[in-house]
Amino acid sequence: MNGLLNVSRRKFLQATVVGGTGLVLGVSFRSAEAAAPQRFEPNAFLAIDGSGRVTIWVAKSEMGQGVRTALPMVVADELEADWAMVHVEQALAEPKYGRMGTGGSSSVRNSYLPLRKAGAAAREMMVSAAAARWGVEASGCRAESGVVLHAPTGRRLAYGELVAEAAKLPVPADPKLKDPGQFRYIGTPMPRVDIPAKVNGSAVYGIDVRVPNMLVATVVRCPVVGGKLSKLDDSAARAVPGVRRVVPMESGVAVVAESTWPALRGRQALVVSWDEGPHAGLGQDSIWQQLETAVQKPAAVARATGNVTRALAAGRTLEATYQAPLLAHLTMEPQNCVADVQPDGCEVWAPTQVPDRARAVVAKLLGINPERVVVHTTFLGGGFGRRLETDAVVEAVQLSRAVAAPVKVLWTLDDDFAHDFYRPPSVHRLFGALDAAGQPLAWLHRLSVPSRSPERLKNGIDEGALTGALQVPYGFPNLAVEFAASATPVQLGAWRSVAHSYNAFAVESFIDELAHFAGKDPLAFRRSLLAASPRHLRVLDLVADKAGWGRPVPKGRGRGLAVHESFASVVAEVVDVVAEGTGFRVERVVCAVDCGTVVNPNTVEAQVEGGVTFGLSAALREAITIDQGRTVQTSLSEYAPLRMREAPVVEVHVVKTNEPPGGIGEPGVPPLAPAVANAVFAATGKRLRKLPLQPPSRGTG
Amino acid sequence: MANLSFTLNGRPQTLDVDAAMPLLWVLRDVLGLTGTKFSCGIAQCGACTVLLDGKPMRSCVVAVSSAAGKHVTTIEGLSTDGSHPVQRAWVAEQVPQCGYCQSGQILSAVALLAEKKAPTEADIDAAMSGNFCRCGTYSRIRKAIHRAAKETAP
Repeated sequence: MNGLLNVSRRKFLQATVVGGTGLVLGVSFRSAEAAAPQRFEPNAFLAIDGSGRVTIWVAKSEMGQGVRTALPMVVADELEADWAMVHVEQALAEPKYGRMGTGGSSSVRNSYLPLRKAGAAAREMMVSAAAARWGVEASGCRAESGVVLHAPTGRRLAYGELVAEAAKLPVPADPKLKDPGQFRYIGTPMPRVDIPAKVNGSAVYGIDVRVPNMLVATVVRCPVVGGKLSKLDDSAARAVPGVRRVVPMESGVAVVAESTWPALRGRQALVVSWDEGPHAGLGQDSIWQQLETAVQKPAAVARATGNVTRALAAGRTLEATYQAPLLAHLTMEPQNCVADVQPDGCEVWAPTQVPDRARAVVAKLLGINPERVVVHTTFLGGGFGRRLETDAVVEAVQLSRAVAAPVKVLWTLDDDFAHDFYRPPSVHRLFGALDAAGQPLAWLHRLSVPSRSPERLKNGIDEGALTGALQVPYGFPNLAVEFAASATPVQLGAWRSVAHSYNAFAVESFIDELAHFAGKDPLAFRRSLLAASPRHLRVLDLVADKAGWGRPVPKGRGRGLAVHESFASVVAEVVDVVAEGTGFRVERVVCAVDCGTVVNPNTVEAQVEGGVTFGLSAALREAITIDQGRTVQTSLSEYAPLRMREAPVVEVHVVKTNEPPGGIGEPGVPPLAPAVANAVFAATGKRLRKLPLQPPSRGTG
Repeated sequence: MANLSFTLNGRPQTLDVDAAMPLLWVLRDVLGLTGTKFSCGIAQCGACTVLLDGKPMRSCVVAVSSAAGKHVTTIEGLSTDGSHPVQRAWVAEQVPQCGYCQSGQILSAVALLAEKKAPTEADIDAAMSGNFCRCGTYSRIRKAIHRAAKETAP
C-alpha cells in the first residue's frame, strides 16, 4: 500500500505545481516546457511515450455506463491510435478537464467533439513531425493505427519514434476531423476496459481504498430529517476493542476504529438520544395531501399554446390524476470516502460523480486553495445520481481533521436508505379534450412536485422538475403545462433520468388514455400527433415492427407502448404483460433507441437493458414512505427491488444515424413505467395511475 | 482473539482474530482481499458471497470461526487472470456494469454450475435470485451462465 500513497504523493506534488497554469483542452501546452523529450503530451487528455504507449485520461466517472471505454475510443479513433497500445487512466480532479460531473447522460454527448479534436490535433502533430523528418509535405503522409506512412516512398515511423519532435510543434487549434466513414473504433462494439478487473476482484472502488495508518469510521445519524444529537453515552462504544475515538459531528456521531468490524460494533454500542426537531411528526399522508391539494386549482403557467381553458370547455373531456413516489437510489456500494487531511493540504479518494465539486467543497471546508486538494475518483459501485452529492466526502474530511489521521467513512445500506437524496414525490393532474370528430383539441398537465431547493424556483416555476412535461411532443392545438410549487423537509436529489422519470409516466399514460377515449389505436393516435417529431416517429415505427404491434394478443395478455425523449435521445418501448391472478407479470420489453451517433454499441445496448430493468424495478415495487419523520424502508426486504427471477427479456434495437451523440445512461428508464401501465390496461382493462404498480406490502403510503 | 485455521483459495491460512468477526471483514480488512464486497450486511444482497467448502455463503453474516478447518474460495481464488470458465463467460457476455455485485454473482454461478452442469432457467432463477444487481445485468448473467455451462460441457 505504500506504493499507492507514494504515487499519489507524487501526483499531489505535480498537481500542486501545475494546477495553477490554467491549462484547458486543446489550447495548452505543457509539451513546450517539457524537460523530458521522450513524452508527447499535447493536451490534458492524452500522452504518448517513446515506446508508443498511449495514455488517455478519462475525466468522467465510471459507474457501469462504460465511459472508461467509450471516451478513450473517441480519442483513439481521431488519434489513429492502435487500441492495443492504449492505456486508460482516471483523471485527478483538475480544472484543465473542464466540468467533470458525470450526470445527465452527458459524458459522451459533451465530450465527443472536444475529445475528437484532442485526438485529431495529436494525429496532425505526429504527421507533421514525420513529414519534417522526411522532408516531405505533410499532405502526402497519413496516420494509421499508431504509424505515420508516406505512401510514395513506403516510409513509415511509429508514433513512439516521433514524440520528441511532435512535442516541439504548435498544437493545431482546428484540426481536421475524420469523416464518420473513416471511423476505426467509433461505432464498433469494443470490450469494456474495466470488465477484466470486475471479474477477478481487482477493481478498486472507494470502499476498497486503504492508505497507511487509515482508520475506519461509521456514523449514526438522527433518523428524523433536521434532528440533532441531544444526549450521548459512548462508554460502551469506547470499550469495544479496536475503537479509537467517538466523535460527535454535524451529521451525527462517528465511531472511529482500527478497522470496519470494531467501527460497526462500536456504533451499535452507542447510546444516543436525539432531539428530533420540527419534522418528527411528518408522515406520508401529509406529503401526498399537500401535492394533491396543490393540483386542485390553476397553477403557474410554464408553457401555453392556444387557449386551453376555452378548448376544454368546448370539447369532450377526460381527466386523470397520476402519482409517483419518493424513490431511493440504492447504490450497492454504500456511500464512503477516504480523506487524509494534512497540514499542507488534503487528499481524497471517493467513488464520486463530481470530483471537481468535491475538490471545491473540501477546499472550502478546510479553508485552503483547491490546488492543495487532490481528489482521486475510484470506480463507483453504482451512481444513479446519488453520488452527485458530497455528503460522505464532507464527513471523511471532517473526521480526518478531527482525529489527525486518514479516515475512511463507511455508510451501511440502511444509512443509505434512511439518508438518501430521494427522487421527489409528484402528483399530476391531466386534462384532455377531443372535438366532435374525435380529433385531439386540448392538453393540460398540472404538476406538483416539491423542489430540491427553493433556489430552483423562478417565478413559481421549477423548470428542472418539469423536464419531460414541458416538452410534450404531441401537437395539440391548445396545450398548457402548469407548475404548482411546493416544499418538503425530505432530502431530494437527482435519480436516474430525474424529472423524466415521473413526467413520462404521466404524459405517456395520459396520451394512452386519450387514445382509448378517442377509440383509436395507441400507436396510430400518437403517430397522428407527431408530424413535427421525426425521431419519435422513427423509433415508434421501429419498435412497432420489432414487437409485432397490431398482431393479435392472446386473452389474458396485453401489450403497451410508450415513447419519450430525454437527454437528447428518444426511446420507444413496447411491454408485454401476462395477467396472473389479481396481478400481472412483465414478460418482454422491446426497445427502439435513437441516441444519435453510437460510440460503443455494446454499451448502448447494456445501458438500455439496465435502464429497463432499473425502471421496471421502480415501476413495479419501489417506494420510500415517511412516517414520524423517518424513512420506513431501510432494507432490501422492505424496498423489494427486482431480482433475477422477475427480470424480463429485453430486446434493444438502435437506429442508425450520423447525428451527434445523445445520452444513453438514463433514456431507457422513463418510457418503461407508462408502457407497463398501458400494457396492464390492455390486458385487464384496469388503469393503474399510481406508482408503484405492485407495492410489496401495504405500507403507510 | 483466537487462532483459526482454514484453507483460503487453496492455501493454508492461520489467523489470530476475534472469532466473532464476520468472514467478510477478515477477508477485506485483515487479509486485504477486497474483491468480496460489503453491501447490505444482513445476507439480503449476495455481494459478499464466497464459497465455503464449495457452497455459496454470505460472508457478512458468517463468523470467521465457522470457516475453521474449511475451504474458503473468494473471487481472487477463481483465477487472477480471468481464465476460469465462468469469468471467461462473464467477459464474453460483457456482463458487469458498475460491477459491484459481480464477485458475488460469479461465485453463486460457480456453485450452481458445480451442482448442475446444464442448469435450466428455473435452476438459474432459484440459484441467482439471492444476488441483487442494481444495474440490471440479469439477462446477461443468465446468458453467461448458459455460455459457461456449454463451454465446460464434456
